[in-house]
Amino acid sequence: MPPVSAPAAVPLRRDPERGVIAGVAAGLAARIGIDPVIVRVAFAATSVVGGAGLAAYLLAWVLIPTEGDAKAPIERIAGRQDTWMVVAGAVCLALAALLLLREWGLWFSDQFVWPVILAAAGGALIWRQSTAPPEEGAPPRATRARSVPSLRLPADATGRALVGAALVVGGGLVFLWLNDALQPARDVLLAVVVVLISLALILAPLWLRLVRGLTAERAERIRSQERAEVAAHLHDSVLQTLALMQKRVDDPREVAALARRQERELRAWLNGRRAPGDATVASALEAAAAEVEEAHGVPVEVVAVGDAPLDVRAEALVAAAREALVNAAKFAPDGPVVLYAEVAPERIEVFVRDRGPGFEPDDVPEDRRGVRESIVGRMERHGGRAVLHTAPGEGTEVELVIER
Amino acid sequence: MTSVVIVDDHQLFRSGVRAELDGFVDVLGDAATVEDAVRLVVEAEPDVVVLDVQMPGGGGVEVIRQVAERRPAQRFLALSVSDAPEDVIAVIRAGARGYVTKTISGPELADAVRRVADGDAVFSPRLAGFVLDAFAGGIPEREVDPQLDQLSAREREVLRHIARGYLYKEIAQRLSISTKTVEAHVSAVLRKLQLSNRHELSRWAVERRLID
Repeated sequence: MPPVSAPAAVPLRRDPERGVIAGVAAGLAARIGIDPVIVRVAFAATSVVGGAGLAAYLLAWVLIPTEGDAKAPIERIAGRQDTWMVVAGAVCLALAALLLLREWGLWFSDQFVWPVILAAAGGALIWRQSTAPPEEGAPPRATRARSVPSLRLPADATGRALVGAALVVGGGLVFLWLNDALQPARDVLLAVVVVLISLALILAPLWLRLVRGLTAERAERIRSQERAEVAAHLHDSVLQTLALMQKRVDDPREVAALARRQERELRAWLNGRRAPGDATVASALEAAAAEVEEAHGVPVEVVAVGDAPLDVRAEALVAAAREALVNAAKFAPDGPVVLYAEVAPERIEVFVRDRGPGFEPDDVPEDRRGVRESIVGRMERHGGRAVLHTAPGEGTEVELVIER
Repeated sequence: MTSVVIVDDHQLFRSGVRAELDGFVDVLGDAATVEDAVRLVVEAEPDVVVLDVQMPGGGGVEVIRQVAERRPAQRFLALSVSDAPEDVIAVIRAGARGYVTKTISGPELADAVRRVADGDAVFSPRLAGFVLDAFAGGIPEREVDPQLDQLSAREREVLRHIARGYLYKEIAQRLSISTKTVEAHVSAVLRKLQLSNRHELSRWAVERRLID
């Protein structure tokens, strides 16, 4: 939308809702600040006398965008402005080449000019279409929506390609007509069309059946591929783990850890929540929890509300949370440990709570680096804070906060 | 003693839950299909139905819907391996008064059953997280029914504590309120979750499904 110079001024817009025809008069009146009836009378009068009003009205209709619409109709039809610049350029080049040929005496007749111009314009349009980068379409949908790559051209691009094709064919026809070559061509064409129609009538059912068969076959192939993929995955993961568990029946802790790891892996696969490499706070915390769970054999339940991309400070937060999880796993080996993370626009909070024996915070010796360095120190260095809630017999909770 | 009917399509799991609950509550019977479950519940009239979320033929939601037609006051506790938010929220909105995961220990499950029988709501940390997620974010002013579509500051605080792994009595202690008040807050959240038309709830569930 063009910038509005004075904030008080109403931008010139058509107003079809209050208008009689296309809202030109209503829009103009609103812009100038007079009764629309006056503008309408002026348009009508100048239309009757000489027709200037009619022309002006049509021009305004095409050129002035409606309220809430960024583009005027002509802009919408034209779409990409540079496409039309290229077309105009091609037309000029064709004209220049023709003039040059005439200057050199290589000239057949003036009848060439229009067909060549038409064909050049159409050709430029089509070529431009096929080489132009995809236009920026609709704004990206909801952040989590999966983007579906589309193989089809956008509607207006298809429209422009059609216009181009029509121009090229039209140019060719005009050329033939000017050279009186159309008369014999028409007879041949008639015969060809008749033959084509008969062929179509004969072959259409066959073709339809073929298409249907192909579709069915394709669907079947996709289904069997999916089945094979699921089978392969289950074989690599679940069956392997089950076999391992049968071998380790005498070690319940190991079996529980195996089952837990497999469960987590299968859930991740079923949900397919995040693409790998798409690092977010929640996924990083889940990964840290999984690591600790595996290393120490203590179940960790991760509950995350909201999510955000992982930046340097959030990484520090995750590292501190990991340290807190390790401590919880060490001092409360009977679990469970709950990690709660809340990502809000203004801050990220993480709570790691265990049901262990708890301790007297003042009794922790100075040289115990775990809590002091890797948790409290790390958080403070990144402008956050860590608070310890604990007392003997109460369990321990580490609270980590960074403001965003 | 609280009487219970167990509904789950996995034989192994039914007998497991039965063994775990034995001695804590009175298990009247179990059922493996939606039809059997509805018939058994209407006949046996248990205090609480412990039911799986995912079952052939419509799952826990269908059992709740059909039983509610004949026994509107029947209480349900959902017990599931699923941690998909749309499953969990759907069964709560259908009328379950709580949701716990299948990894819960026997005594804890028995405790949850008793609380549901008493008319309280049972929120696991995970469910609390889902609810906070569902009620997060703004919605257009004119669509808000503050009675149903928003959590009060206190309710949010209680839910956050549940998500952090605190028990009701610990929450009461930390917030200097009575356990009864904590229960009242949780019941209020449950009511909002079941009755709110907040479009975020459904949109959020759909978005999650899109990802699957």
